[in-house]
Amino acid sequence: MTMAQNQILSVRNLTTSFLVDGEWKSVVRNVSFDVGPGETVAIVGESGSGKSVTSLSVMRLLAPDFSRIEGSVMLAGRDLLSISEKEMRGVRGNDVSMIFQEPMTSLNPIFTIGRQISEVLTRHKGMSNRQARAETVKLLEKVRIPNATARFDDYPHQFSGGMRQRVMIAMALASKPKLLIADEPTTALDVTIQGQILDLIKVLQEEEGMSVLFITHDMGVVAEIADRTIVMYRGEQVESGPTEEIFHRGKHPYTRALLSAVPKLGSMQDRHWPTRFPVVDITNGEAAEPVEVANTVDTRKTPVLSVKNLVTRFGVHSGLLARKTGAVHAVENVSFELFQGETLSLVGESGCGKSTTGRSIMRLIEPTSGEVALDGYDVLRLDQFGLRNMRKTIQMIFQDPFSSLNPRMTVGAAVSEPFIKHRLGTAKQAREKTADLLRKVGLSPDMAGRYPHEFSGGQRQRIAIARALSLDPKVIVADESVSALDVSIKAQVCNLLLDLQQSLNLAFLFISHDMAVVERVSHRVAVMYLGEIVEIGPRAAVFDNPQHPYTKKLMAAVPVPDPARRGIRRGISNDELKSPVRPLGYQPPQRQYREVSAGHLVQVE
Amino acid sequence: MPVYIGKRLLVAIPTLLIISIFVFSLQKLLPGDPILAMAGEERDPATLEFLRQKYHLNDPIVTQYFSWLGGILTGDFGISLRTNQPVLELIGQKLPVTIQLAVMAMFFAIVIGIPIGILAAVKKNTWIDYLANIVALTGLSIPNFWLGIMLILLVSVQLGWLPASGYESIFVDPVRSLQTMVMPAFVLGNALAATLMRHTRSAMVGVMSSDYIRTARAKGLSPRQIVLSHSFRNALLPVVTLLALLFGELLAGAVLTEQIFTIPGFGKMTVDAVFNRDYAVVQGIVLCTAVGFILMNLLADIAYVLLNPRLRATL
Repeated sequence: MTMAQNQILSVRNLTTSFLVDGEWKSVVRNVSFDVGPGETVAIVGESGSGKSVTSLSVMRLLAPDFSRIEGSVMLAGRDLLSISEKEMRGVRGNDVSMIFQEPMTSLNPIFTIGRQISEVLTRHKGMSNRQARAETVKLLEKVRIPNATARFDDYPHQFSGGMRQRVMIAMALASKPKLLIADEPTTALDVTIQGQILDLIKVLQEEEGMSVLFITHDMGVVAEIADRTIVMYRGEQVESGPTEEIFHRGKHPYTRALLSAVPKLGSMQDRHWPTRFPVVDITNGEAAEPVEVANTVDTRKTPVLSVKNLVTRFGVHSGLLARKTGAVHAVENVSFELFQGETLSLVGESGCGKSTTGRSIMRLIEPTSGEVALDGYDVLRLDQFGLRNMRKTIQMIFQDPFSSLNPRMTVGAAVSEPFIKHRLGTAKQAREKTADLLRKVGLSPDMAGRYPHEFSGGQRQRIAIARALSLDPKVIVADESVSALDVSIKAQVCNLLLDLQQSLNLAFLFISHDMAVVERVSHRVAVMYLGEIVEIGPRAAVFDNPQHPYTKKLMAAVPVPDPARRGIRRGISNDELKSPVRPLGYQPPQRQYREVSAGHLVQVE
Repeated sequence: MPVYIGKRLLVAIPTLLIISIFVFSLQKLLPGDPILAMAGEERDPATLEFLRQKYHLNDPIVTQYFSWLGGILTGDFGISLRTNQPVLELIGQKLPVTIQLAVMAMFFAIVIGIPIGILAAVKKNTWIDYLANIVALTGLSIPNFWLGIMLILLVSVQLGWLPASGYESIFVDPVRSLQTMVMPAFVLGNALAATLMRHTRSAMVGVMSSDYIRTARAKGLSPRQIVLSHSFRNALLPVVTLLALLFGELLAGAVLTEQIFTIPGFGKMTVDAVFNRDYAVVQGIVLCTAVGFILMNLLADIAYVLLNPRLRATL
C-alpha cells in the first residue's frame, strides 16, 4: 500500500458494468494498476477488451444512469469514485486530462480553437480572458502549431487531422495535469503524422513531467511509448508488467497470440514469396511457423490487368455559379500491370489517390483519361452493358464490413445476389454456390439465413469476400479490406486471402496504408504520393532498398513492435500532407523513371 | 456579408419571375370570366367588348403578362373588383395585422418549443422527456379551430379575461392590441411549438452524444456550459432552417385563426378574395406571400451562415 501512495494514479479492483436490457453486465472486471510520476503506462487490447471503458471509468465520463463503477480509483491519494460529481468536474481537465481518437470530431465546430483551449484556463485556473489568450498562444507554440498567434481565432475545420490532434493536446496540457489519458490518439492519423504526434507526446511528457495512460490497440505504438504495459482481453486484465517483459517474456497465451499476430515491418527480409501469418493457439499461445506460400505468378503470360497513363481528376467548384476553379489531381499518369495470381499493393497516406485508382479501374468513378485493359476488355470504352459483363471479372472488397453489407438482407441473399442478377444459373445453383463460397471463406453454409448484425467484424469481412467471389472474378480490388480489423482477425483474413489466391489463382490489387501488412502479402508494391506512383517494384526490392525519399519517410514512420526502440525520436518535421488540388490549367510535369533493379522503378525528381 | 446577401437576392429574382408567371396564369386558367363577374346583370355585347378593351383582355397573352408585370414592378397591383380600392393599399392595411399575429405566434412557439426541447433532450428517457413528448403530441393533435373555440369559451366567455375577437392596432392602443392578439397567437403558435420542440429535442440529443461534447465534459465544464454554450448553438443550426419552413405553416394557420377570432388580417382577406373571385387581390396576396417566404428563407440562410463558421469562411 505504501507503493500505491507514491503513485499518481492507483486503480484497484475496478469493475464497470453497463445496464443492458434491465440487467447489469460487467464489461471491465477487477482491473488494478498504478501509474507512477512521469511514467507512461499503456493499456493494450483489441476491440471489446474494455480498454476505453477503463479510461472513461477513471474520468467518470460514462453516463451515470446506465453505468456502475466499483472498486477504487485514487488520484494522488484522493478517491475519485467517492467524490461528488461537482468535485469531479474540478478534477477533469485540471488534474487529469484526456485526448481522444477522432481529432476530426472531438473539437466543437462552432468555436475557435483558441476559445476552446482558453476555456480550460478560465474554468480551472481562474484566468481572465486576456491572460488565458496569452497562455493559449504559448500552448499552441508548445505543441508546434506554426503561427500560433494568428491561428488562435481559427476554427477547427481550418486545421488538418494532425493539427487538430495538436490542438487537443494543447487543450489537455493547458492546466498542467498530473495525468494525461490518451485514448487511441494516433489511430485515426496517417502514419507519418502518427510519428509526429507520438514524438510530441514524448517530448511534452519530459518537459512537463506528467504521467501518461496510453490506450491503444497497436503493439508498435506500445513498444515505442510505454514503460509498462497492461494487456486486456474481454474485460479482464490478463497480464501487466514492464513493456520489455511483456514483449519478450509474456506469459499469458493471449499476450503471445496478440504479439505473434502483429505484422512486423522488416520481418520478410529473407523471404521470397508472401507468407501466411503464424496461426496461434489461443489456449497455450504457441505459434505455428509462418508458412511461405507457393508461387502463383506467371509473368510470361499477358497481364490480366494493365493500366496505362490513368488520370482521374475532380473539378473544384466555387463561387455563386459554381465555376470550375481548379481540380483535384487524384490520380495522375498511373501505369502498372497485374498478373494472374499476383498481389500488387498500392500504399500511401490519405489523399494519395490509391482508392481512387482502384475505383477508376472498375469505373465506379469515371477516369479522365488513360487506358485500362482487363482480361480482354477495353474498360474505359465499355458501354453500360459491357460494363456489367466486365464486372464479372473484377470485384471489390471494401474497408468497413459494418456498412458494406445491407443490414436488411440475409447473408445468403447478399452472397448469392451477384450470381442471380447476372443470371448465371438457377436458384438452386445459386444456393449451392453460396454454400460453397461460405465454406471457402471459413464460415458454415447454415449461416446463410442470418443477418449481418449477428456476425463479428471479421466474419462480416469474410462474407464480403464470399460475395466478391460469387462471380468467379479474376481480379479482386481489396480497398483497405483488413484495416478496420483487430490484429488477430486481420491476420486470419490476410491468411484467407492468401489461401484463396493459392486455390483460385486470384490477382489482388491490395490497397492499404499499412506497410507491415503490405510487406507480408504482396508480390509487388507501388508507393503512391499525391496521385502519382513514386516507386514501384518487387516487394523485396522496395522494402529492402527503398529509393524515393517519400518511401523512406513512410517506412521510417511505421512504429515497430520492439521495445528496444523506445525513446527513439524520429525527428520528423512538422510537415503536413500536401494536397493534390491544383489551379485551373495546371500542367502536371512529365515524370521520368529510373530502373534500380529488374522491375524496380523510381520516379526521378 | 453584404455581397452574400446581394447574391442571394439576385438568385431570388428568377424564383419570383417563375412565381409571377404562375400567378398570372392562375387567373387565365380558373373557370369564370371576370368581365362577366364585373358586368353583373349586364349582358350587352358592346358593353362587354368595351370592358375587354378597357382591361386589354383582347391583347396577346404575352403582352398582357408583361404589361401586368410592368404594373407590379411600379407598384400597381391592380384594383379590387369588390371594393374598388387599389390592391396594394388593401394589402398595406391588412398585412401589419397578420405580421403582428405571426410574430407573436412565433414568439410563443420559440418560447415554449425550444426550452422544452432542450429540457427533454437533457433529461432523455426520464419522465420529464416522456411528459414533454405527450404535451407535444397533444399540441400537434389538437386542431387550431377547436383549441381557439375552447379558449374563447373559457377565457372570454367564462372568465371574461380577454376579448373574444376584434383587433386594435398596436400603434393606437398597445395594451388593447396585445389583449386581442394573445389568444390567437397562442393558438397559432401552439402547433408550431410542438414541431419545434420535437426537432430541438432530436437535434440536441444528436449533438449531446457527439465527440466534442465528450471533450467538453472531459475539460470539466459544468452541465450548464455544456448544454447552453457547447450543445445548443450546434443544435440551433437545423432548428433555424425549420423555423423558416414553418413560416408557410404559420400563414396557412393564420387563415383559420383569423376566421375564428374575426381578425381583419391577411388570412381573412385571402378567404374573402377567393370566394369573391377578386383576382387582383388573390394575385397580390400570392405574390406577397411568396416574397415573404423568400425573405424568411434568406433570413434563415443568413442566420445559418452566422452560426456556422465553416460556411462563414466561404463568403
